[in-house]
Amino acid sequence: MDSKWQLFLDSLGPLALGAITATIPLALISMALGLVIALLMALMRISKNRVISSIARIYISIIRGTPLLVQLFVIFYGMPSVGLTIDPWPSAIIAFSLNIGGYAAEIIRAAILSVPQGQWEAGYTLGMSRTRTLYRLILPQATRVAVPPLSNSFISLVKDTSLASTILVTEMFRKAQEITASTYEFLLLYCEAAAIYWVICLVLSALQNSVEGRLEKYVAK
Amino acid sequence: MSPSNSALLSVTALHKAFGENQVLEGIDFTVHSGEVVALIGPSGSGKTTALRCLNGLEIADAGTVGFAGGPEVSFSAGMKPKAAQILRKRSAMVFQGHHLFPHLTVLQNVSIGPIEVQKRPKDQVLAQAKKLLARVGLEAKADAYPNSLSGGQQQRVGIVRALMQQPDLLLFDEPTSALDPELVGEVLTVIKELAQEGWSMVLVTHELAFARDVADTVVFMDGGVVVETGPAAKVLGTPANPRTQTFVQRLLHPF
Repeated sequence: MDSKWQLFLDSLGPLALGAITATIPLALISMALGLVIALLMALMRISKNRVISSIARIYISIIRGTPLLVQLFVIFYGMPSVGLTIDPWPSAIIAFSLNIGGYAAEIIRAAILSVPQGQWEAGYTLGMSRTRTLYRLILPQATRVAVPPLSNSFISLVKDTSLASTILVTEMFRKAQEITASTYEFLLLYCEAAAIYWVICLVLSALQNSVEGRLEKYVAK
Repeated sequence: MSPSNSALLSVTALHKAFGENQVLEGIDFTVHSGEVVALIGPSGSGKTTALRCLNGLEIADAGTVGFAGGPEVSFSAGMKPKAAQILRKRSAMVFQGHHLFPHLTVLQNVSIGPIEVQKRPKDQVLAQAKKLLARVGLEAKADAYPNSLSGGQQQRVGIVRALMQQPDLLLFDEPTSALDPELVGEVLTVIKELAQEGWSMVLVTHELAFARDVADTVVFMDGGVVVETGPAAKVLGTPANPRTQTFVQRLLHPF
């Protein structure tokens, strides 16, 4: 039993290192890029131009209709066949960003549509352009609606980064796998990795609550 | 203040259809400087649509809306909404549902347009905003969020937001229809004061007693056309047209 406890403690360092150097940065960078893609896709999706909204619709449909693991494999293992070899890290970031971009686009679109039409008109009647109305009036209100589901997406993403282990990114889960390769302590190591994911997600949930609380300040009690 | 002779706003031959539904079938009226015009009529008569055309919120299929000294907008079906935007330099709108921005304080609500769009000096705008809020009895609410206000207070902020645009013409779209009955008075009082100060305004309303009290001219619309226009006392007191008679009777004596 003591040796297992010792292995647990010895593994904490490498696993935490994997989380800090790979899992968390991978999730943060992909989320940031993904939100940019998502906002763009959401705006394209509500565009009155049929071609533009169709492009966004097809993009979202493909992203949501295919497994993330397959998307990763197409980018990392598939692209070299057409002469495009991408390193593991960039491959992972591209795949995760595109994926978040598709899912979050629908969240942002719904949040924008949840803001009453009268808010747009009030902006217009003050002489604001569509763009200024969107950025100063609509998006700030849409944010409040979008934060809970976007937090959900982010928490999912943190866990989904474990898929990057399959394309040679040494994130936390791959660290755990490496340790099991020499110790054969599968249950211990995988549960330990699971516990660390859980702790990260607990912290994120707490963060989400505090952000939501701040955004609620103008809502009627 | 009695209206002067110069026409501030001329509306001619406004036509508008929503799909198959012909809402405006040629609307003409004039607003003189300092005049208060009340648009009245049954639901679906097109009065709100007509009012929204004056602010470019609705693009009419045909007709013109022109301000003295410009701009004049000639509407056509399929016209870009942008082309009607210039009307907003001359008129400001008070909505039925106030449409205040819930994420901004009262002070920010009324000053965002002048500061960010009209690019007027910030300190000057804020000083004017505080003065106008004090005028409608809401100086203490400057830093409050709209959702903490009563419906009547919200609508008074909506009026201040419109005044802050320094428009030549105020547009009111049923400003009291969404309010609880006991809150209607405080909003009507503010509008009446503005009318007495000489503001030019077009008012869509169901409050006939108020229209008779405040309006110089009443435009009665029904079925997308102007049925009768004239001095308020005349149109609401001794209407010439049978449709006006029926409408006025029904509203003044509902039971």
